[in-house]
Amino acid sequence: MAKKPIQFQLNGSSKSVFVEEGQNLLEVLRREVGDLTPKLGCAQGACGSCTVLIDGEQIVSCLTLAETVEGASVETAAGLANGPTLHALQEAFMDGFAAQCGFCTPGMLVSAKALLDKNPSPSRGDVIEAISGNLCRCTGYEPIIDAILAAAGNGHNSAGRYSGSGRQS
Amino acid sequence: MPMHSQVFSQIGEAAHALSSNRSSRYFGGGTLVMRQVNAGNQSFDTIIRSTDPSLKQVQISGDQVIIGASVTMSQVIASRDLDFLKSAASVIGGPAIRNMATVGGNLFARSPYGDFTTALLALEATVALSGGRSDVPIADFLTQRFREPKPLVISVSVPRPRDGNAFRFLKIMRVKPMGVSLMTIAAHLPQSGGRLANPRVAYGSMGDTPIRANAVERALEGKTLDAQGIAPALAVATEGITPRTDSIASEWYRREVAPAHLERLLLGTGG
Repeated sequence: MAKKPIQFQLNGSSKSVFVEEGQNLLEVLRREVGDLTPKLGCAQGACGSCTVLIDGEQIVSCLTLAETVEGASVETAAGLANGPTLHALQEAFMDGFAAQCGFCTPGMLVSAKALLDKNPSPSRGDVIEAISGNLCRCTGYEPIIDAILAAAGNGHNSAGRYSGSGRQS
Repeated sequence: MPMHSQVFSQIGEAAHALSSNRSSRYFGGGTLVMRQVNAGNQSFDTIIRSTDPSLKQVQISGDQVIIGASVTMSQVIASRDLDFLKSAASVIGGPAIRNMATVGGNLFARSPYGDFTTALLALEATVALSGGRSDVPIADFLTQRFREPKPLVISVSVPRPRDGNAFRFLKIMRVKPMGVSLMTIAAHLPQSGGRLANPRVAYGSMGDTPIRANAVERALEGKTLDAQGIAPALAVATEGITPRTDSIASEWYRREVAPAHLERLLLGTGG
């Protein structure tokens, strides 16, 4: 089967992989690169569990042709924490019990990061809109919305780390 | 079946490759074609795409705005020139899908999808195809969009409404803010002397493709946009529709609610 070489940045690190023609980005991230944070849910772009950022924009990686990310910057939930220091969103999700089974959580976190990077002080409506493409079948969404608002209130900045007084480990 | 992918820097080369290979599909934003790839669709084995920068452009030409086929829904929302289409682009999928889904791709979305195309139909847009056909009425295009040789859409030309308030769009969903269409209605309702003049109404999810509500348009001509004026139009609201039964709604239900939603759109009480 024909393979194409591609290079891209994944959470700030350069990656060089061979991808099959027609292969989607989700498969490449999970199988070739070993980043298991984007999840395979519906493979139809409907559940949002595979959401990642390409050049700062939310996309569903299951519907992204892998070869199209050549030269791009890809961010996943695996890149949120800085060593042992969790991202403000991860802290807020943990503190607010915003994850139950956890399958949707990486996609939720990435969608929330895309929102807060552009809009550090979102309204509740902004948050609902930002995660509207991410399905959760456990929480009823309210704890997730509250956690994202809490993270915003805790001083999320463009670097994605705590700048406020929230708990840090 | 192994999948092949071909990328061309010129749209003409991509069009030639597409038309000369019956086992190929054109890849716009991926939200239609990759779904089929992931589902193991065996009807094609080649993905063709183009990086031609002209496909990403939005241009103003007189009273028309020309939207490149690869312009995404997010770009539509962000473009000041396309403000009148913001209401339609904003209800396509969630934010991630809007960053991927293209104007050209939406023309090929099967019911109950294709909400943006419903808006373009009410505005009487024309479609430019590779190979010289630059002004195919969108209603004609929709009837032949899956024929061979496969058309490659370059751009869509949309007449800008003189009065921005004359264009109305309503997508009825069971889940908000992101849901699949139960029914979509787009209407261009220009008025002259307080009466409707050349109104255009289009339905989505009321047939295999978005359709014009011709009987409604005739009934609205010359009428006032109030309860009394629209009554004859509501009486023929279901004329010509062939809705499907799917997981969102039954054919019966879609027929039953169509007049109510049309009334809400026309009187401005929908939302």
